[in-house]
Amino acid sequence: MGSRASTLLREEEIEEIKKETGFSHSQITRLYSRFTSLDKGENGTLSREDFQRIPELAINPLGDRIINAFFPEGEDQVNFRGFMRTLAHFRPIEDNEKNKNAAVSEPLNSRTNKLLFAFRLYDLDRDDKISRDELLQVLRMMVGVNISDEQLGSIADRTIQEADTNGDNSISFNEFIKVLEKVDVEQKMSIRFLH
Amino acid sequence: MEMGAKEKNQQLYKPYSNGIIAKKPPSSLQQELLELRGSASCSRTEPEFEMADIFYFCRRGVESILDDEVTKRFSSQELDSWNLLTRSNYNFHHISLRLTVMWAVGVLLRYGVLLPLRVTLAVTGIGLLVVLTTLLTFLPNRELMLYLSEKIHLMCYRICVRALTAIITYHNRENKPKNGCICVSNHTTPIDIIILANDGCYSMVGQLHGGLMGMVQRAMVKSSPHIWFERSEVKDRHLVAKRLSDHVADKTKQPILIFPEGTCINNTSVMMFKKGSFEIACTVYPVAIKYDPRFGDAFWNSSKFGMVNYLLRMMSSWAIVCSVWYLPPMNREEGEDAVQFANRVKAAIAAQGGLVDLIWDGGLKRAKVKDAFKEEQQKLYSKVLVGEQDEGDQGDSTHLEIENPDDSTKGQ
Repeated sequence: MGSRASTLLREEEIEEIKKETGFSHSQITRLYSRFTSLDKGENGTLSREDFQRIPELAINPLGDRIINAFFPEGEDQVNFRGFMRTLAHFRPIEDNEKNKNAAVSEPLNSRTNKLLFAFRLYDLDRDDKISRDELLQVLRMMVGVNISDEQLGSIADRTIQEADTNGDNSISFNEFIKVLEKVDVEQKMSIRFLH
Repeated sequence: MEMGAKEKNQQLYKPYSNGIIAKKPPSSLQQELLELRGSASCSRTEPEFEMADIFYFCRRGVESILDDEVTKRFSSQELDSWNLLTRSNYNFHHISLRLTVMWAVGVLLRYGVLLPLRVTLAVTGIGLLVVLTTLLTFLPNRELMLYLSEKIHLMCYRICVRALTAIITYHNRENKPKNGCICVSNHTTPIDIIILANDGCYSMVGQLHGGLMGMVQRAMVKSSPHIWFERSEVKDRHLVAKRLSDHVADKTKQPILIFPEGTCINNTSVMMFKKGSFEIACTVYPVAIKYDPRFGDAFWNSSKFGMVNYLLRMMSSWAIVCSVWYLPPMNREEGEDAVQFANRVKAAIAAQGGLVDLIWDGGLKRAKVKDAFKEEQQKLYSKVLVGEQDEGDQGDSTHLEIENPDDSTKGQ
């Protein structure tokens, strides 16, 4: 008479996820519970609608971009592995001290990977560059109808001007890292998981 | 078992605290963003955008994916330790043979002994209610009829309470609702009605159903002034308000029982109260009902179980243990509108029952959240970007910040 949660999640899978993401055993089962409670269709994957059913996420101006980050290119369903892989970005960095696994090249929750996650929120077409147009679109999502096109345009221009070092009028990932070098990314992009 | 349950009832129930993530104490969007940017910003002449602003929305978004205040209210509360019911078994692993044996004995006891007993009682109770109330209509003397009707209703509800083995502790009975007023309560299950009606006579409000429910409803209304609406009339808010006002105006009539949440919530929180019942000019008697989840899960998840299935589950649990607190009556104050009054009553009920006070709408169980809330967030962020150019309307009663400032959490 096992628990309902772990009959569908095998021990080997839990071990694999543990290695890949660094979450503990109990955290993984806890998150699996959450995953299944969101999975209204009960088919082992989440669709975009499943995420949008969360009211606090639906009212987040960047809700759609965040939801998108969970889905690999061109796919409409995310399984538990993918779900965990994305969430792993938000593990606090100091937890890595306990997990000295040399096999993992760079942990998913390293500073660089956290910044990459944020970069991808801006980079709408996934071409590794934030163009002026993309920046404008994301800004528009964040401010709604409350700021005029001209003002928004000048904000975008100024931001690109400050960040762009190689003059291609868009922000590459390295330029992005440079702009945010003083920001405490570790703290701002980390969530304290319990257990 | 009854005595043991009654004693345990005295303490305030420990709210469920087994969270996935540690949430920071709520702070406003402005505060968080200013923290994010550090002390660099000083001049406010130019609109200020930082690429790091995205971190705020990003983290709030992922936090809400991991643990949000709303979706978990629409499914049964998880228990800290197992209570030997398979239905409450979420994350518990096989521990020992002894536990399995205890569980098996429990199953035999519940399904072999308790369930048949309870079903018999329930059938008797409902049957008596229908038959006797119909018989009463033949009585010529109206006063006698009303008096007997009260007695009969009470008796039948008491039988039904026994049928569910509901162990109820009533607190502050001096505040029991009086005639010609409205009684409001948090809603967890249709059984709430039986629990309250066990201790007093109320007029119910609701939609006329078909089938067995409809038959019971029609029988009840013959001898007691319940307010049933046809399906078509339900949408007409003015009609509803009028009928309620008329009933309340007549001071001889029993108090009306209303559940302003409009839907069943899982008894860990109180969600938005619909303002309709608070617009009527009369005294409101709030009641808080809190079930002890260890003996049986009372929440009716209507998307998962139909009514019959639900009742069977109820009758095969150990017991329904709950506390009912009658709160002192409240009136709408000068300058308070219906929404503010509703929120005040809701806060009182939440505080008494040890429930989380949320301003989210229970209708989110089925419907999508309104765009207005997202627009509110966007407006707040715009203010941070371009500064406080116009002091817009403060104290808007639909104002909802992402972190829920009205959240009077108890030990969460």
